[in-house]
This record gives sequence, structure tokens and C-alpha cells, in this order.
Amino acid sequence: MNGPHDLGGQQGFGPIAPERNEPVFHAEWEKRALGITLSCGAFGAWTIDESRHARECLPPATYLSASYYEIWTRALETLLKRHGFVTQAELDAGHSLSRGREPRTLLKAEMVAGVLAKGGPCDRPVDAPPRFAVGERVRTKNFNPETHTRLPRYARAGAGVVEAVQGSFVFPDDNAHGKGEHPQWVYTVVFDGHEIWGEGADPSLTVSIDAWESYLECV
Amino acid sequence: MSEHRHGDGPEHDQPHDNHFTDMEARVKALESLLTEKGLIDPAAIDAIVETYETKVGPRNGARVVARAWADASFAEWLRRDATAAIASLGFTGRQGEHMRAVFNTPETHNLVVCTLCSCYPWAVLGLPPVWYKAPPYRSRVVIDPRGVLAEFGLDLPADKKVRVWDSTAELRYLVVPERPDGTEGFSEEALADLVTRDSMIGTGLALSPEAVR
Repeated sequence: MNGPHDLGGQQGFGPIAPERNEPVFHAEWEKRALGITLSCGAFGAWTIDESRHARECLPPATYLSASYYEIWTRALETLLKRHGFVTQAELDAGHSLSRGREPRTLLKAEMVAGVLAKGGPCDRPVDAPPRFAVGERVRTKNFNPETHTRLPRYARAGAGVVEAVQGSFVFPDDNAHGKGEHPQWVYTVVFDGHEIWGEGADPSLTVSIDAWESYLECV
Repeated sequence: MSEHRHGDGPEHDQPHDNHFTDMEARVKALESLLTEKGLIDPAAIDAIVETYETKVGPRNGARVVARAWADASFAEWLRRDATAAIASLGFTGRQGEHMRAVFNTPETHNLVVCTLCSCYPWAVLGLPPVWYKAPPYRSRVVIDPRGVLAEFGLDLPADKKVRVWDSTAELRYLVVPERPDGTEGFSEEALADLVTRDSMIGTGLALSPEAVR
């Protein structure tokens, strides 16, 4: 979707203002937000793709004025409600009003090290060989789905070169919506700055994206 | 509210500081609700926080880079199969499942971003800094990387190529900065001290030996 998250090339957000000696967390609630988000992710009730889509579905004004932990927290509330673990009335009340759904996995303290060390690999085998080869010129699709996609707007309908075939991975555009993993080949595709940004582009710039096969067309 | 302080500087005016007290209350309410419903274990949250405060951070990545500088065969392995090479040093897991290492050269400077969210190689760099996840960096680095680098105090020569890697899939990128001059014979430990977090994102260079002396 062309949501507020798709930021590449937008202008007017001001300085980056990197902070010297930045702490890992800026407040206690950020620590809890991280831990709650990861703990609820461990339920196995939704995928990382569905989580990302819940974040990008926040109203643009909310998304753009929120810190990232706030974005995570708001999206987590959506996911918890959507999957039947809590109700809005419970969130409003701050305590339990009904039983709700039981998670498949409850993340206990002693499981944390193992779960974090394992991660969530999302490479999956596919039967077909890669359609594109390293060095091949390709064009990215022009589309504007209202659903989840990982092809950013700035890199649509652009001609680039396949630099690497990176393996086959779960296709987020389907997986985010519970339609299944439908893995596809993923390619690193490189664009000249001028191809993306046109007149006035930095002549020394190239930008790459990692693109699922169905994002790409033959030139 | 002392924990809210970001130190001195214009970041006080950044939008990511908004809603602070609201969020404190909101997250507290959420944690107590989920705990009451038996959906989360607060001790698990403590363990997650402790992991990223004390165990998983940019010192991991610095060890990878130092090994690559010191050992050409490790560098070659890192180039070919970064996930396995990094795992051999004990760094695996969440947001490091599919690693790629990209090497700066005299001709090309590499820079990593996630324009769509906050993808970042946690296993080697820990949790991302606030600026990495915020709109100014995510919007600008793909169109004006030199302007971004100037904000980090880095002015690249005009003839240096700039390559920006947008982490749009599940590959996570670690920049291997160029080894600084004057480091011949340094131990891996001494080399690792020169490797900053920003140099592994691409918003900085490795430090010179003089800078850490």
C-alpha cells in the first residue's frame, strides 16, 4: 500500500540529528514495548509480514508523528484484537473482561535465549529455477496495491540490473494477508540514481532493492 | 522524566519525542492486561531487554569486521556466505538469519537503510538507533546520501561512488568499512576498537588509530 511508511525520496522531514552516545532505550516504556511485542510475536498467531502491514496501516498523521516503539505498540494492539486475544473494551479498561484466545506458545523467561538465537528464518525452497540471471536488465512493476508490498514506490517502473540472486523467500505480499507463504526468488536489483530520481540526481549514486521475482519484468 | 532526555541538540524537537507520557501509560496498561490474561511473562520481557542491553550490540559486528580485516580467508567467507561466517563467531538469530556483508573499497562507499520500516541486522548491531527508524533518514538517504553523510560529519570525495542498499526483503546488511591506515600488526581486539556502529551502517568510517589513542 502507498502508506506513510513508504518514505524513500520524500522530502521535508528535516535533519537526521544523530544523537551522540545514544542509549539503547530512551525510557522504561520502550523496553517494555520491545519485550511485549516480541513476546506476543512468539504466540505464532501472526507473521512478521502481517505485523509490518499492521504498522503501515496506522493513519499517516499518527505514523509520522510516532516513535518506532509507539508504532509497534499501536500495531500490536490491532493484532491482539484481530486475533482474539484482547478486546478494545479490555484495552480501555486495562484489565481482563473475558477469557479470550489462548496462544499456541507462551514465551517464558527461560525460553528467551533460545527463541532469540533461533530467530525466524524465512527462506523456503521453490521448484522453479530463477527466472532472471545475474547481469540481466529488468524493469520493476508499476502497480499501486492497497495491500502489503515490499516494492517501494520510488523503485516502481524502473529499469535496473540484477546483481545477485539471493535465494527464495516467503512472499510478503501474500503472507501478510494470511494467503500463504508462496515463496519466490529474491534478487538484488541495482538502479542508477538518474533512473530513479531523474534530473539533478547524484551522478555517483546507485540504489539497490531486494525484489521478489513477481516484482520484476523482462526489459 | 530524566529518562526522556536525549542530551543536548536539536533532536529535542524531533517528532519521535511526542506522546511520551501517553505511551508510558498505554504500555503499562497493555503489559498489566496481558499479564493478567496469562499471555505474557514479565520476566521474559526482562530477559529480552537484558539481551539487547548487555549481549547483542555493535561490539558483535565490530568483531566480525576486525576478523575480516585480520584474516583474508575469513573475509572471503564473509563475502561468500555472511550468515555462516558470522555464525562461526557465535552471532546468530533474530534479524540476523540472512546476512550479507558489503565491503567498502577505495571506489565505493556503501550505506544501508530500510525505507519501508526498520530492518536492521540485530544479531551483529543490536537494536537500531532512533534516527535509523525515523522519517528523516529513511526518506532522504536514498535520494541525497551525500547530504545525509554530511550530517554525520562525513564528506566523501566527489569521485567516490555511493551505493545505498535498501533492505526491502529479509536480507540484513553489514557494511565492512575500509581498514584504517597505520593499523598493520594490530590485534583483532585493537582493530575492533576502531569499528563504530555507524561505520557498519555506512554513516561513518572506521576510526583512525590516533582517534582512539
